[in-house]
Amino acid sequence: MPNHKGRFGKFGGQYVPETVMPALIELEQHYRILKEDAGFQEELTYYLNEYAGRPTRLYFAEKLTEYYGKAQIYLKREDLLHTGAHKINNAIGQALLARRMGKKRIVAETGAGQHGVACATVAALFGLECQVFMGEEDIERQALNVFRMRLLGTEVVPVTSGTGTLKDATSEAIRYWVTHVEDTHYIIGSVVGPHPYPMIVRDFQAVIGQELKTQIQELSGTAISHIVACVGGGSNAMGIFYPFRDDQDILKIGVEAAGKGVSSGEHAASLTSGRPGVLHGALSYLLQDSDGQVIPAYSISAGLDYPGVGPEHAYFKDSGRVSYTSVTDKAALNAFKRLAQLEGIIPALESSHALAYLEELMPQTHAGQAVVVCLSGRGDKDVQMAAQVMEGLTCHV
Amino acid sequence: MSRIADKLAALRAEKRKALIIYITAGAPDMATTLAAVQAAEQAGADIIELGIPFSDPMADGPVIQKAAMLSLKSGTNMAKIAALVREIRQHSDIPLAAMAYMNSILNFGEEAFATSFREAGLDGLIIPDLPSEEAAEMDEICQRNGLDLIQFIAPTTNVARISQVCRNARGFIYCISTTGVTGVRKVDYSGIGRVMNEVRKHTDVPLAIGFGIGTPEAAKAAAQYADAVIVGSAVMQNLMDEGVPSVRVLVQSIRQALDERMK
Repeated sequence: MPNHKGRFGKFGGQYVPETVMPALIELEQHYRILKEDAGFQEELTYYLNEYAGRPTRLYFAEKLTEYYGKAQIYLKREDLLHTGAHKINNAIGQALLARRMGKKRIVAETGAGQHGVACATVAALFGLECQVFMGEEDIERQALNVFRMRLLGTEVVPVTSGTGTLKDATSEAIRYWVTHVEDTHYIIGSVVGPHPYPMIVRDFQAVIGQELKTQIQELSGTAISHIVACVGGGSNAMGIFYPFRDDQDILKIGVEAAGKGVSSGEHAASLTSGRPGVLHGALSYLLQDSDGQVIPAYSISAGLDYPGVGPEHAYFKDSGRVSYTSVTDKAALNAFKRLAQLEGIIPALESSHALAYLEELMPQTHAGQAVVVCLSGRGDKDVQMAAQVMEGLTCHV
Repeated sequence: MSRIADKLAALRAEKRKALIIYITAGAPDMATTLAAVQAAEQAGADIIELGIPFSDPMADGPVIQKAAMLSLKSGTNMAKIAALVREIRQHSDIPLAAMAYMNSILNFGEEAFATSFREAGLDGLIIPDLPSEEAAEMDEICQRNGLDLIQFIAPTTNVARISQVCRNARGFIYCISTTGVTGVRKVDYSGIGRVMNEVRKHTDVPLAIGFGIGTPEAAKAAAQYADAVIVGSAVMQNLMDEGVPSVRVLVQSIRQALDERMK
């Protein structure tokens, strides 16, 4: 997967203007060669390990385990990576790819700013010019990340079109790419977009699951029963699930953002309550109205605030390989606080959605099992937002 | 032959260039769209490209994005657009192509779209996010329903792709003048002109240039390489700023420039 037409089952494809088709074909050709190129893979591993800090730890969350009193809970610590989230895995891979293709400029979109910061970082590292498109609303919500990107030498371009969030930043990044396609590489931040992007981003993120495979062999006497990850576009989830996709003994659960509740209409749960549709170049589950207009997503977490989802997740959903569910802002905030207080780890609000699902999952587990949560990012960027919101919420630990 | 092909063949026989005018349906409302279509036809438009608004128009610049937002705000939906097509057809035989993003068509149902819009009087379909790789199924549906599915050529289209695009070309081929999105700007049309010369080795289907053309001078410059020019953003800018009369003036001036060329 995907097949030669870039499809995961019926999902995926290349719904893009003719102008960028040749670039997508070129990208796929380069990528398929570099994927088998030992020199490229060595270079990639070098930067992932020495620069970004891989492999990340599989940490036994003893206090959280005690709190639920059932299965053991392990955290895959992507939050400890350089720049604070798993996004750097893909940014390094794609920047190296861009360099090998002779592209001098990169362009990216960002929601929470984590992917933008990761791209700005690799642009500085590899001497590439970088522009990051970011919705006006997100620029306000994530002022610190905007400053980080600018400090790293990246131009942050405010996007006012549409709803001024990640969806529109993505559209604007694509428009920019269409215009500058001849010398610019577009680093899409998640397993979304036209083929070959979902495949490339998946492969660069699959290092998470590959490491986990090795790490769980070292756990004596406990069998991993569940892997839980949050899903916006779905890159950390795809990264950790993919190497286990055919492993039927391990249940994979993707947790979407239910915002103010799926029934409120203000959420970002594309897989849970969307219908198949085309956005940003791929057919996948999509939040859309009866006339096929995209409905803006809502989540407290800017990184999950996206009305679409990666096409391979759509395929995993329909084929039953992965189950998808959703948790509300409120549940995510409670989990955010819980992990901070029990483990001394402040998780990203995105990752807090995966942690929040433990409330439902853990009572169904038993001692002797082990649950792995992908802690995709750290919460430093979210403390201001959380402080504002938590004033009005009661958080029980 | 379709209405589009007939019209372009007739113009070619007269050694005249065709003028294709793009208008977003429902921006700011359907009555204005109908009046603008009629004004454009009277002023010398040969084909109308009717834009179906989409919330996330990836291939469009600020003007057509704004038009789409205005239209959606006014409550435009597929049923109303089909009614508009029917209404235009009652008064005119002008060839009509719809410009729609793929999600709008998928959501409506590809077959349902083709049958109901054909029945309403549509002649062709332009889908900016449907490259030839993805077009097989839609092409078959369009053919079966007598709609021309318009293919694209871009400055980045290489020789290998040209033959692939030409194989399924019907009506006309939409030649994108420059990399980027829709919107008026200065363009050197010789770049796409070179690609179009290559295209002509593979097909007799008329070639239309679009993207960037906003003035009579630009239309004239582009027309050197093409059988038709497409004007969209400039029309919508005029329509949104000053209303139908300014669309009439713009279309007239471009028509005149295109016809002058031949003298």
